Amino acid sequence: MVEMVVFILMGAVALAGALGVVMARNPVYGAMGLMATLFALAVFYVVHLAHFVAVVQVIVYAGAVITLFLFVIMFVGVDRAESLTEKLSLQRPAALIILVGVVVLTGALVVTDRFDWVISTAEPAQVVGSIEEIGENLISVGSSDVRQASRWLLPFEATSLLLVVAAVGAISLAFYRPRRSEEETGTSDSDTGSNR
Amino acid sequence: MDWIDLGLIALRVLVVFGMLQVVTILLVWFERKIVADMQNRIGPDRAGPWGILQTLADGVKLLFKEQVTPRKVELGLYLAAPVLAVVPAFLMFMVIPFGRPVRINLAGEDRLIPLQGADLNVGLLYVLAMSSIAVYAVVLAGWSSGSKYPLLGGVRATAQAISYEAAMGLSLVPVILFTGSVRLSEIVAYQSGSLTFLGRSFDFLPAWNLFILAPSFLIFFIAAVAETNRAPFDLVEAEQEIVGGFHTEYSGLRFALFFLAEYINIFTMSALAVTLFLGGWSGPTWDDSLPLLVSAVLPTVWFLAKVTLFLFLYVWLRATLPRLRYDQLMNLGWKRLIPASLGWLFLIGGALAVRQFGLPWG
Repeated sequence: MVEMVVFILMGAVALAGALGVVMARNPVYGAMGLMATLFALAVFYVVHLAHFVAVVQVIVYAGAVITLFLFVIMFVGVDRAESLTEKLSLQRPAALIILVGVVVLTGALVVTDRFDWVISTAEPAQVVGSIEEIGENLISVGSSDVRQASRWLLPFEATSLLLVVAAVGAISLAFYRPRRSEEETGTSDSDTGSNR
Repeated sequence: MDWIDLGLIALRVLVVFGMLQVVTILLVWFERKIVADMQNRIGPDRAGPWGILQTLADGVKLLFKEQVTPRKVELGLYLAAPVLAVVPAFLMFMVIPFGRPVRINLAGEDRLIPLQGADLNVGLLYVLAMSSIAVYAVVLAGWSSGSKYPLLGGVRATAQAISYEAAMGLSLVPVILFTGSVRLSEIVAYQSGSLTFLGRSFDFLPAWNLFILAPSFLIFFIAAVAETNRAPFDLVEAEQEIVGGFHTEYSGLRFALFFLAEYINIFTMSALAVTLFLGGWSGPTWDDSLPLLVSAVLPTVWFLAKVTLFLFLYVWLRATLPRLRYDQLMNLGWKRLIPASLGWLFLIGGALAVRQFGLPWG
């Protein structure tokens, strides 16, 4: 009962925060929305009695990462005069396609009730204590029951893929220069550095 | 988990909540009196005996003052910032044990009530998490005020908090390694009794972490002063340079909330130092010879006495030391405290490894 109430409340906060990240005109509000989402996730962990994960979530994300975001935003700033028109024209269609794909796939999972496609429905191994056991539960293939052993392998790999995508995106954004400014300033390849 | 349990939890939280407010009122007066003494002045002496009610009078005055809202503020965050300052300050103290667990017979059942808001198994990490959240208030207040001095204060605060959080976290790792727990009640329990060091027992000394982990303690205390933005690290609100820093544009109750948060943070950091290094509430209680009630209250008295010592240190620092320059602050944080705490961590890790596995050539 309490879990349900907390889940609904914090779920709403998480979604509102996520929407804020995407929709906010002002990057500071976007950063605060991200923090709200991450904090709501931390509350979910607490509901699942994973206090350690919750606290680490708050320390790492809310404490360090978003503080750095704010620091950068406040120092570098986003000039209000800077044009906010989109430079990646394929972004929105691509996002739409991915959204539809995710919704269809999740819906298919729910409708067919085949959650064993993504996670094993088998009971997890006994109480996980040592680091070796956690690692074995996560990625080991040595166990006799293959599905049991690779229970968390797919979510784990999906997370790492997400991180890689984010890193690549950040790098490409940092090196991305609109073609127009290059013509205006007439810079040569030598002083724009390694971005070509 | 029944209704009595829930009621007890609510009662504990309320007690902590009330205690922090009373402590703040006394702490502001304490600070003003001590600083006045050190500067050869009298200090507040009109409201109540020795001016002890001065803070109350000031608080009431702030309540009734007009709350000016400048034209260029980002209203949402401007209003949220004072609240964001106060909430983590209260939450942080919730895990700190301020007395020996009390055994009370309620409704025909013996209950052991820990005298702390919540005995989390990740207590110490929780404190660090809350102290890292507390930065937001300053940053957002500075940014949303739409004015240059608060913005400068906010940027300084972010840089300072990031730098000194690292040093503080690293200085606490040896404590965790040594006591083998991040649960604050267990850290306190570890420090009871008298000191044994290298197999020799020192009966005249208590088993406080302070004696063995003194470097950790020093780094922690310096970082704690910096984290609470107190002199000599109060660049965030340096009056001579940036007016009042992040709270320049705040008045009335909103300013009072920042003020409250600052003093609660000082108290919490002192309490944390006592818990981690000075044995928390542990001290002689003479259970056999004193009445039950007295020996139950004595641990809390020990705790508050030790905390008062730290509060005095805070005030003493403020009254005697000039403010650091910004580059000195950064140098101290990154080039002195962090390498020092890393080196000390290596030493302690090596010592503990030798204690557990023996010498590598032995």
